[in-house]
Amino acid sequence: MESPATPHKSALRKTPLNALHRRVGAKMVNFDGWEMPVEYPSSGGLIAEHKAVRSGVGVFDVSHMGDIRIHSGARPGGALAAVQHISMNDASKLAIGQAHYSAMLYPEGTFVDDVIVHRLGEDDYLLVINAGTREKDIQWVRENTRNFDCVVEDLSDAYTQLAIQGPRGIDVMKKLTDAHLEGLKNYWFTHGTVCGLKNTLIARTGYTGEDGFEIYVPSDAATSEKVWNQVMEAGREFAVVPCGLGCRNTLRLESKMALYGHEISDKINVWEAGLDRYCNMEKGEFVGRTALEKAKAAGLRRTLVGIEMMDRGIARDKYCCCDEAGKAIGVVTSGSPSPTLGKNIALAYVPPAYSAVGTVLRVEIRGQKCKAQVVPTPFYKRAKKAAVQQVS
Amino acid sequence: MAYPKNYRYSKEHEWIKVEGGVATIGITDYAQHELGDVVFVELPKLGTKIEAGKSFGTVESVKAVSEIYAPAAGEVIESNGELQNTPEKINTDPHSAAWLIKVRLTNAAELSGLMDAAAYEAYIAAKGQEASA
Repeated sequence: MESPATPHKSALRKTPLNALHRRVGAKMVNFDGWEMPVEYPSSGGLIAEHKAVRSGVGVFDVSHMGDIRIHSGARPGGALAAVQHISMNDASKLAIGQAHYSAMLYPEGTFVDDVIVHRLGEDDYLLVINAGTREKDIQWVRENTRNFDCVVEDLSDAYTQLAIQGPRGIDVMKKLTDAHLEGLKNYWFTHGTVCGLKNTLIARTGYTGEDGFEIYVPSDAATSEKVWNQVMEAGREFAVVPCGLGCRNTLRLESKMALYGHEISDKINVWEAGLDRYCNMEKGEFVGRTALEKAKAAGLRRTLVGIEMMDRGIARDKYCCCDEAGKAIGVVTSGSPSPTLGKNIALAYVPPAYSAVGTVLRVEIRGQKCKAQVVPTPFYKRAKKAAVQQVS
Repeated sequence: MAYPKNYRYSKEHEWIKVEGGVATIGITDYAQHELGDVVFVELPKLGTKIEAGKSFGTVESVKAVSEIYAPAAGEVIESNGELQNTPEKINTDPHSAAWLIKVRLTNAAELSGLMDAAAYEAYIAAKGQEASA
């Protein structure tokens, strides 16, 4: 047997919580050059962690994510103009305290990275970016904002970022902060005292398809461990567990959230990835817009679909997709058993002719062409909260 | 979990137990722990000839696919069909109920190249130290 979780040594980067993860016995892996917990045997492992997030609450260390602040130079407005130029969604629509999903594109209309853009102040934005693309992203942002009157700061190492995810996440957070969270809508954020730390950014965001929060605290190890421990302590009555990148991946896959290097990359454009609703072609010029216009006129060559295995077998990343006759037509970008659905699911790029729900495909698994079919996505969608009853 | 004294172990974390000319093969507790939640097992058909050091099947966890390597050569005479519906048994009982295949050995002398329980325990302890260095 090969050991998929064999820890890698050498120059792996570590988050401020690395020592804590090791102390509690987390299984550590190399994720894009970062030594990160993939699962915690003490939580019961990946499936138990996944289910805790869907039904209760789980806590992730996501400090490997990067953070770029773009704010005004001499005159106000420069930061917004810069953000509009480098990202595809319309940042002018953001209120202070609001965030949205967006992406930075190459002139070809393909992905530099996907980002969450937060509007911190009048002309002040925070872009949260992926770990594996941090250096590339920051360099790209600096180069492409050079002609704008704005200041770009790399704050990636300034924060420890924790994600408190799941329907009971709000109950945990309410015990730790004075900020008013009940009224905080999805993809909005606020500042408040968290674990005694004043002015902490608390965002109702996440990468799990579940309700939840992400908090940004100072990155020194002592503060980071103190906050982590207080979150775990506050969550004890809700059976909180620490969660690793393993279930982060299965949770985001069930919710059809893109992962850089898989569903999106420098080879895939916005239309293929199906991220049209986060791309605003009417807002004016932005990097990649011209190419996207042309691509739209030319029509799609491939599109991202959700599939479900009908035969025994698990479709995995990079496996070949075939038509019923066995001809290769596409490729799986992410595939895994779905702990929530109890099925083997995957995302794949196929020509549009094969994208209708119900289309039967084959996925080549170790030489065998296993039957699968196109299904609606997301695979999992959380139930809308029942209307809160008015108490008179 | 204890490593049975009457088994032999491979560097790829398979165990083998021989009774008469028949060997039973499985993966070790260390292996199941490294894999995490096992969700799928693919085993060879009866009559398949397996070769020492070559892959004869796969065990999949949620996260990854792992090849299983034959600790010795032989012909498959039985495979553990129960694992098809209950692959998670590999996590709970890897050294006993979750055996993978039974094989008629071609050359029992091959077993001398494998580790005994004490040597295997030392081998995985060294791996653990490497990991935390």
